[in-house]
Amino acid sequence: MQRFILGRKNHIAFISAILIVIGFTGRLVFGSESIAVLALAAASVLGVLPISIQAYQALKVRVVSIDVLVTIAVIGAFFIRNYEESAIVTFLFLFGAYLEQRTLNKTRSAIKELTEMAPESALKQMPNQEFEEVEVDEVDVGDILLVKTGAKIPVDGTVILGEGSVNEASITGESLPVLKEKGDSVFAGTILDNGTIQIVADRVGEDTTFGKIIELVEEAQDSKSEAERFIDRFSRYYTPAVLLLGILVWIISRNLELAITILVLGCPGALVIGVPVSNVAGIGNGARNGVLLKGSEVIADFSRVDTFVFDKTGTLTAGKPSVAAKKYYGDNIRQALGYLASVERESDHPLAKAVLGEIGVTEFSTVEGGGILANVDGHRIAVGNATLMEREKVVISDEAKADISRFEKDGNSLVLASVDGELKILMGIRDRIRPGAKEDLARLKKLGVKNLIMLSGDNQGTVDAVGRELGLTRAHGNMLPEDKAAYVRKLTEEGRTVAFVGDGVNDSPSLALAHIGIAMGSGTDVAIETSDVVLMNSDFSRLPHALGLAKATSGNMKQNILIAVGVVLFLLASVFFSQWMNMSIGMLVHEGSILAVILNGMRLLRFRLRK
Amino acid sequence: MKNATIQLGTLTCPSCIQKIENAAKSFNGVDKDSVKVLFNSGKLKFDFDHEKVSAEDVAKAITALGYDVKKTQVKDKK
Repeated sequence: MQRFILGRKNHIAFISAILIVIGFTGRLVFGSESIAVLALAAASVLGVLPISIQAYQALKVRVVSIDVLVTIAVIGAFFIRNYEESAIVTFLFLFGAYLEQRTLNKTRSAIKELTEMAPESALKQMPNQEFEEVEVDEVDVGDILLVKTGAKIPVDGTVILGEGSVNEASITGESLPVLKEKGDSVFAGTILDNGTIQIVADRVGEDTTFGKIIELVEEAQDSKSEAERFIDRFSRYYTPAVLLLGILVWIISRNLELAITILVLGCPGALVIGVPVSNVAGIGNGARNGVLLKGSEVIADFSRVDTFVFDKTGTLTAGKPSVAAKKYYGDNIRQALGYLASVERESDHPLAKAVLGEIGVTEFSTVEGGGILANVDGHRIAVGNATLMEREKVVISDEAKADISRFEKDGNSLVLASVDGELKILMGIRDRIRPGAKEDLARLKKLGVKNLIMLSGDNQGTVDAVGRELGLTRAHGNMLPEDKAAYVRKLTEEGRTVAFVGDGVNDSPSLALAHIGIAMGSGTDVAIETSDVVLMNSDFSRLPHALGLAKATSGNMKQNILIAVGVVLFLLASVFFSQWMNMSIGMLVHEGSILAVILNGMRLLRFRLRK
Repeated sequence: MKNATIQLGTLTCPSCIQKIENAAKSFNGVDKDSVKVLFNSGKLKFDFDHEKVSAEDVAKAITALGYDVKKTQVKDKK
């Protein structure tokens, strides 16, 4: 019976509304007070049913909930025969709850989309070698599973038979399909675009990468900051306090109407719901845009960050050295390049690989050397640094000298090539800056970040060049991981709020020491566990969005607290100092304020950084 | 000790959290400090001593309070 009534709250609200309309039509159009009283009283009784059941259940577990306040107020209104008020208050309360549910579902939709991507069933190999469809919970590590075209891969596993292309967007954010064949790893929640594969389960359920991401986001959306825990404790005592206040007012003033009005006005709805709503919408927006924010504490800290510290290689730069500048001298360049290719083919030095790549040769074998000397077609070829050229007595013209110092200043490592003692080629090799990194850093500055600092193990020249090109505040080279950590500690001791951006593997001490650790992991376990913010698919361009979102979410929470507290103060003040305040208006304003904070929170779902 | 996760229907009212929390804590055998109600994802998580109480008992109490229980999962505590 209880469940029947509670399950039909929305119908009851609808019938209440009709009865209220009948009541007022009866009074205003037909002038019949008896129709009005009958209809409004019926609406009140019907409406208070589900509310009083909830109130009773709350009292049973020793909670003075809003339902308790409203039930007492409605019964009180009945007592003083104010059926109009009791009917309208119950209707507004039920209708408000309906709207809250609808709008709350909207704010939660982004995260729901994510969790609904979780696989539900799997084709598991049974002892008789046949594959049978089972619930994903029934899959254990070591089971052999069949995945068909278009199906979700149910667990993290290894391909043992067949091949197919897999869309891994749910894990990496990268939507280009990846070919998987025997021996390759596949991830739960990714989709087999075509082909058929058999896999053996390595990790199942919450241990899979996808399971971890979901758990993280779910915990994050319900995590509570210090301020929220305070509000929680506060509201636990607030509602009973309002009840007490109502009783006191009644005893002192003997004015039942005033007393029950206070009960309705004191409802704390918007205060309790305001912050969680901002939180869930903000984290939901992030999850949709490849940014995992680990909870409201993280959002609060992140929004205050004034100093970003970056690791260089793999974060600001691509981590793959290539030829960034080149200069040819004299004639027969094509021939010289040909010699260079044949020489470089013999070397496995990383810089040699870069040179080969530039000329279009990709194959080479192994030979020792910091610089290389070779005879090709009877010509003496030297490839290497300036010292080698000196030893070979290669004449370096003034023009070439100027080029060399310019290349060095730009942060290049140098490779020179001479043919028969004559300098032919000068190449500057450099780790390329991530495309778009400069614009992204500029955006961070626009968002109010004061210091952009880069730390690197590379030589100071290279580091300075990258720093200049990116417009960084400071750039320090020759740093070991422990130096970086010490530097981050120093910054925090100076009172800065520091975010460290790194790859999540080498830099874990710095990630842990900074106020906010941001891992550039492609959804890897380490990155997810060691950091506060994860950028999916190592996408640096998500960083400004992440910061902007944290700022917007944090601001949104403050607005909601302001709305909630402001409304309660306004209501309590007006009940004592104005003539027009009554229960119905109070309930209307109260429900209105709850909807206001939800709608305000919902704006975060659409948040995008302005270019 | 075991760990239970009960998936509930959508939670909308803030006082639901307190009600569900108090209901779960009222059981002898449920570790009171571990009881956690996740408002947005609509989940109740708690550790319990499976010799004193079962997750189904708690789920029944939550149902009696008027909330939908969709799924109950029990895992050994790590």
